[in-house]
Formats: sequence, C-alpha cells, structure tokens
Amino acid sequence: MRRSASRKTGQPNSTPSLNSSPADLFRSASSKATTKELERIDALYYSYANGSSAMIDPEGIEALCSDMEVDHTDVRILMLAWKMKAEKQGYFSLEEWRRGLKALRADTVNKLKKALPELEKEVKRPTNFVDFYSYAFRYCLTEEKQKSIDIESICELLDLVLGSQFREQVDFFVEYLKTQNDYKVINNDQWMGFYRFCNEISFPDFSNYDPELAWPLILDNFVEWMLAKQS
Amino acid sequence: MVPKTFTVEEGWEYLKNNGILKLIRILEGRSEPSFTIAESMMLYTTVYNMCNQHPRPDNSEKVYKKYQEVFEEYIIPKVLPSIKEKHGEIMLMELVKRWVNHKIMIRWLSRFFEYLSRSYLVKKLDFSSLEELGVKHFRNLVYLEVGRNAIDVVITLINKEREGQQIDRGLLKNVSDFFIEIGSVCINCYEMDFEALMLQDTSEYYSRKASKWIVEDSCPDYMLKAEECLKRERDRVFHYMHPSTEKKLVEKVQHELLMVKSKQLLEKECSGFCALLREEKVEDLSRMYRLYHEIPQGLENIASIYKEHITGEGTALVKEAEDAATNQDASKVGVQEQVLIRKITKLLDKYVAQVNDLFSNHSLFNKALKEAFEVFCNKTVAGRSSAELLAASCDNILHKGGNESDEDIEETLEKVVKLLAFIYDKDLFAEFYRKKLARRLLFDRGANEDHEKSILSKMKQQCGGLFTSKMEGMVTDIILAREYQTKSVEYLRSNSNANPGIDFSVTVLTSGFWPTYKSFNLSLPTEMAKCVQVFKDFYDTQTKHRRLTWIYSLGTCNINAKFETKTIELIVSTYQAAALVLFNSSDRLSFSEIRTQLNLTDDDLVRLLHSLSCAKYKILKKDPNTKTISPTDNFEFNYKFTDRMRRIKIPVPPVDERKKVIEAVDKDRRYTIDAAIVRIMKSRKVLELQKLVIECVEQLSNMFKPDIKLIKKRIEDLITRDFLERDQDNPSMFKYLA
Repeated sequence: MRRSASRKTGQPNSTPSLNSSPADLFRSASSKATTKELERIDALYYSYANGSSAMIDPEGIEALCSDMEVDHTDVRILMLAWKMKAEKQGYFSLEEWRRGLKALRADTVNKLKKALPELEKEVKRPTNFVDFYSYAFRYCLTEEKQKSIDIESICELLDLVLGSQFREQVDFFVEYLKTQNDYKVINNDQWMGFYRFCNEISFPDFSNYDPELAWPLILDNFVEWMLAKQS
Repeated sequence: MVPKTFTVEEGWEYLKNNGILKLIRILEGRSEPSFTIAESMMLYTTVYNMCNQHPRPDNSEKVYKKYQEVFEEYIIPKVLPSIKEKHGEIMLMELVKRWVNHKIMIRWLSRFFEYLSRSYLVKKLDFSSLEELGVKHFRNLVYLEVGRNAIDVVITLINKEREGQQIDRGLLKNVSDFFIEIGSVCINCYEMDFEALMLQDTSEYYSRKASKWIVEDSCPDYMLKAEECLKRERDRVFHYMHPSTEKKLVEKVQHELLMVKSKQLLEKECSGFCALLREEKVEDLSRMYRLYHEIPQGLENIASIYKEHITGEGTALVKEAEDAATNQDASKVGVQEQVLIRKITKLLDKYVAQVNDLFSNHSLFNKALKEAFEVFCNKTVAGRSSAELLAASCDNILHKGGNESDEDIEETLEKVVKLLAFIYDKDLFAEFYRKKLARRLLFDRGANEDHEKSILSKMKQQCGGLFTSKMEGMVTDIILAREYQTKSVEYLRSNSNANPGIDFSVTVLTSGFWPTYKSFNLSLPTEMAKCVQVFKDFYDTQTKHRRLTWIYSLGTCNINAKFETKTIELIVSTYQAAALVLFNSSDRLSFSEIRTQLNLTDDDLVRLLHSLSCAKYKILKKDPNTKTISPTDNFEFNYKFTDRMRRIKIPVPPVDERKKVIEAVDKDRRYTIDAAIVRIMKSRKVLELQKLVIECVEQLSNMFKPDIKLIKKRIEDLITRDFLERDQDNPSMFKYLA
C-alpha cells in the first residue's frame, strides 16, 4: 500500500481507499504517476534495452521474463505487449514501455510481476478480449505488408490466446488446420471469424451453424470435417 | 263528387273505397275493370287535397304514413298466409305470384300518391321513395318470414336437377329475380342469403361426389365427369341465376372436384398423370390442362409431376449410356456417348412439342422442362462431363465424311446447340469446342465452312457474342491465312533466290483466338529451316509490329521414303519428319542422340518414336524390338519396310488434354468470379453475402454456375487483397474498399 503522494503541489491526495475496486485503482493510477515513478520506469527500460538500438529487443525481453519468472512464451507477455500497444513483435520502444508500465502502475520488476494477475483479469473481460484477440493476430505480422500468418504459428497462437477459454474448439480446429491442404496461411478475417464461431456456435453438434451464411469458408470446411468425423 | 275541403279521414275513406279496395280486387283476380284515366286522376287529386288542407298544416306526413299502412293491411292478413300455407314448389309459385302482384300494387299506388313524391319527398331527401317503401315492406313482411324456406326449396330443386331430374327452370328464374329485386333497396338478399347458402350447399354436394368418384373412377373418367359438371353448372346459372354467380359457383365446383382431390387424381396408379403421359393420351392430357388451367395455382402440381417425369426419363437415358460405357471397350465409348446425345435431343423435341401442343406453351411447363433437362444434362458419363460430350458431338457432326445432307446436318446442329442452354458449364464446353475446332480447321481438309459458321451463329444467339468471339476469330483466321498463302506464293515466284527448294505452306493464326499451344525449339532440318526463314522474310514485308511464334506440333509433312522395294510417300507430322530426316545422314541413332538433335522433351520423343517404330507402320527398326520405347533404345531406318499403298499416313496419337482443359477453365473461372464480385461490390458498396451470391450466379449464368463455396473462397481472397472487408458490426455484410 503506497503512502499518499502529495509532493506535487496543487494535486489532490491520490491514495485510493481500501474499498476501491481494481478498476478505480487503475483509473486513478493511469492519470497520475509521479516524476519519480516515471524516472524509475525509464531507468528500468534502459536496463533492458539494447545499447545501440535503444529498444528492448528479444534478448532484453527474455531477460525481463526471466526476472519476472515468467516464460517468454507465456500469454501474459502477449497481454503485456497489448497493454503497451507494442507494434513490433519482440521489441518494446520507450514510448510503449512507458505507456504499459504507467498504466499498470509498475516501476519495478516486482511490481510489474505483481500486476500480471490483474492484467489477465482485465484482458479476459469480454469488451477487452476482442480487442486483445485482434491485437494478437496483428502482433504476429512481422513482415511489412504481411497479411496472413502461416498455419504452424496460427495453431500456437490459437492455443495461447483461446486455449483456456475454448479448449475443445481450439484443439479440434488445430487438428483440422494441420491435416487439411487447402490453406497454407490464415488471414485476419478468418482469425476473427473463429472467435465469433466459438462464441456463437454450439459445440460439438454445430446445430446452429449454417454454411449458407457469411462464415469464412475455412470454417464451413472445418464443420464439414468435424461432422464427417463424428458420424 | 269530392268536396274541396275535407279531413284526412274523409279523404282516406274515398281513397280506400275507390282506389285501394278496387286495386286489391284486381290483384286477387276478381273480375274488376281496370282504372280509367279519370279514376286515376281523381285519386291523385284526392291525395293532393289531403295534403293541402287550408289552414291546417301540411298533412303530407300523415298521408305518407297511411301509404305504408296500405301495404301492411294487405300483406299481413292476406298475402303472407297464402304463401305460408303452401309448401315446396307450390309455395314458390305462390311467392312469385304474390311478388308480381305486389309490384303492380306499388306501381298503381305510386301513381295515386305521386303528389307526395313531387312535394313532400322532394324536401325529405333521405326518406325512401314510394317505390322503395313498397319493396321494403314486402321484404320485411314477407321475405324475412318465408325467405329461408324459399331458398331451401330452391336448393333442393337444384340438387334434384343435378341428379338428373327435370325441374321448372322458369320458376327458379323468377324466384332468383325476386331475390335480386328484393335486395335492390336494402341488403343484397340475393348474394348474402340465397347465393351464400346455395354455394355452401354446392360445396357439400360436390365434396360428397368427389369422394365417391375418386375411388370409383379412373382419372380420365373422373375428369370427364368434372368437365360435364362444370358445363352443367354454367348452364344452370345462365338459365336461372344472376350472371355474377357463375364465377363463384364454378370456383366452388373446381375446388371440390379438382383441387381438393388433385393429389389423388394425378397420382392414380394406372390412369394418373404419369400413366397418361406414358401412353400419350392426348385428349385426356388436353382435358386435364383445360380443367386446371382456369384454377389459380391449379397447374403447379401437374407441372411438378411433369418435371419429375421428364427428369426420370432423361436420367434413365444417362444411366443407360453409363452402363453401356462401362461394359464396352474404350473405342466404343465415344459412340455410346454420341448415341446418348442424339437420344437426349430426341427427348427434347418430344417434350417441346408436347408442351406446345398439350399445354399451350404455358410458362410453368416450359420451366418444368428446362429444370428437368438441367438435372440430367449436367451428369457425367464414364468420367466425361456433359460439356465435353456435347463438344464431342458437335465435332462428330462437323467432321468431314458423312452421308447426311446439308439440311440434315443443319437440323442436327440446331438441336445439339439447344442442349447447350441446359448445361451449366458452358465455359468448359467452349474450351473443349475450341480445341476440337482447332483440329478440324487445321487438319480436316475441306471442313465445311458454312456449317462451322452456322453453328457459331446458333451458339451466339443462345449464349451471346462474347461466348463465340474467339471461335469466330479462329474461323476468320483460316480464311485470312489462305490469302497470306497466296501472297507468299507470289512472293516466292518473284524472288527466285529465296526459294527454299521444297513446297511449303504456312497458316498464320492470331494467338488470342486459338487455344494455347506449347511451342518447342525444335531443331528443324535445313530444308525446313530455310522455309521458315523465307516465310519470315515475306511476312516482315507484309506487316510490322507482329511476331511469329512457330508451333511445329500442328504441322504436317509429306515426305518421300525410299525403301528397298519401292518409294512410298509418308504423311507425317513435322516432328516425325524431322526425326526421319536425321536418318539421311546417320544409319543408326540412339534415343539420346535423337533427343539432342531434335531438342524435344522425353515424353514427346517417346510418343514420336513409338509412332514410327512400334505402331502399325514400322518405318524405323528399334533395337531391342520391344513394344515400348526406353531411353536406351537405338533406331535404324527400316529399308525392308513395304506396303501395298503408295502413300500412307502415320498418325501420332493425340495427348489426352482433358485434364489441362479443365484446369485452364477452373483457373479462368477464378478470375471471372473475382471480376464479377468486384464489379457488383463496386456498384453496391455494401452487400449481404446471400445477395452477393445471387447476383454473382446471375451475372455468370451465361458461362457457368459457380457454387457458393467457390464464391466464398474468392471473397476470402479478395479480402486478403484488400478489395473487400467484412462489416465490423454486421458480419454477414461486406464492404467495398475503394
């Protein structure tokens, strides 16, 4: 619990009460960060950043992860990237770093680590999750002008992002993706379509699925494949 | 004598004694002379005076009431009982008689009381006129009492007549008129009371009959009865009902006899619609059409059974061909397929004629025919699509060598092209047709140009100019090529040093029109190479900006082969000729040597050498003397070869291009669908998937029938290429991205 920070003149007392919700915590946190905090955030950044590029590169992220005792393939790192609105996979810029850590009210590695559970909860809220899900796809587009992601990577991403929420759907869809030959890559429309599919379509009977509607063709084929398997 | 001034009561006495009672006596049939003019005038004046009493106020109102009482006092004690005491037909006759009387009564009384009309009633516009009052009273006092009975009697009589008994039609006409007249001043008694009850009874009557007949009678007999009933009912209305009843009555009868029992009737085991079609019972079928044609939606069931019937026949033909094809060897399969096409065209002729003759070319039946043909005309036979079969059929007809007259050929072509309308994969047909057209134009000497042009114009009529544009280009090319040939001969004659020493001709084709051919850098023998160069020089003088690409695989060569015993002229392809000429300078050549010298692929070389050494005419000797070519073989010229003919043709069997054609068409389709989707979305900006699919299918219907999966795939692709995007809020809508 922080002591009240009243160093900046003219600013009202910002200590949140014990009754305030996490939302309030974040809300008040994101609007106020003291200069000391900002300094610490920047310092933390430079401790991981690559000297020549002045960006945190994959090596730096790996170091950060090990310091946080989180695997660098963990979904929470992706969530962190989302919170930062990081543009390039494997890299954090200073602006992104500041944005994320400010929002999480973390200026040390420990605080950052402790903020992760709350971050998870935040992401899992339905309104945020769609945004996160969409972000996850964009984040994996590493080349300029890249529009689609290869099957292998998609399977991993699906597992990472949707695995906990829609275990069965993801498992079967991944199996299908690996066995079929029609598609070598997945585009954003198909990616988003799958999330909508998980939410709207009853599984595993698919009783309310209609291939005459505008579902992406790959899902039509997936349902067909599943129904054939089941009979 | 009438006093000038008198009370209403006094005046009424006079009126009653001299007018009303006299009138009643006349009506009751007692011998009573009719009213003279003088008497009428007196009565009129009496009424006048009654109304205009000085200085009393106007008594018109009283007089008006009195007028009405006249009716009441006569009808209630006299008229009504006389009707009520009778029954049945007699009652009706009495009713009619009393009504006629009543009309007379109204006429006379209106005359006597005319003054009221002229004065009192003029001011009271919403009061009933004297005539109206008269009718109203009869209605209220008589009709309301006995009307129902009367109607029942009428209905009973109608049913009697239906069962074949004679009835008094005149009486019924009078009763009917009575209902109409009675209803003219108030509620429409005729329609609401009589007609409604009569129609209901009619429904019940025919419902019973229908249930009985449908079990007992065959379909033709039932229809005859139905036709007869309808005729009689119309007749009935004509004779004793109001014309407006006809339509409603006929509808009821049609409904009970024809619509309610329609399924049972049409599906009757041995005499139903299908049986009639099979046995071609023209009269019965015509009757069926006539009967059902008038009924709204009456023909729908029939048309759908018709479609099933035709589909069944067509599918059986296809199955026949399929079975025959699997039982026979490959060479006969082609014949089976041509037989199938002929049978289908015959089927088409038969049913087109039938729809025209029996079903008056009705659109429902034309639609049924079209849909039926579409079902079986798109089935594959022995792995070949109908598009391919049809193209093969056209090829067959247009091949040189047939004993049919020009007219016959024209007719057959016409019929075959009609089948094209039913085929979904029109673009596939076009591709096969083009390939075969190329062979005909290039290899069939004397292919009939008129027939070729004629079939193209028929196809153009059916499928549009875009469909036939390339093919027309091909035909034109051949004509132009001949001109070029003539010019090149001139050129050679005038440039003697350019002469390559051998006769040659070149056919120049416009590449865009013709199917794509692979061109190989075949190493030509020197003599041929010189020809090529000479022509190239000539062509350059004719036109700039055009490049010649040589397709040697399409060429033929006449070459003299000097065998030991005799010289034989060989008609071979350019490739074969090039190979043979190699043996002018070498006695023995290996497979790889030939390949190096000719610069061909292994596959092509194998086929080529096979045709020269392992087929019917062994021009080359192969070592080892096996049936197939292997890369280690060696070849020698076969001096010992001989044949009784002086000139022989050595064919190279054509490569099966079917797969390539299908691949090419599939590829084209992807582009075509893409273009269609973009075109539609550009103009609509935002569109739902289902509507997009419908429009797409419609736009492309002239070429092929895209299935929804293919369209969806193309949409997916277009999304990746940023032509379209899915609407965020409504995932079934797509938006055009400019």
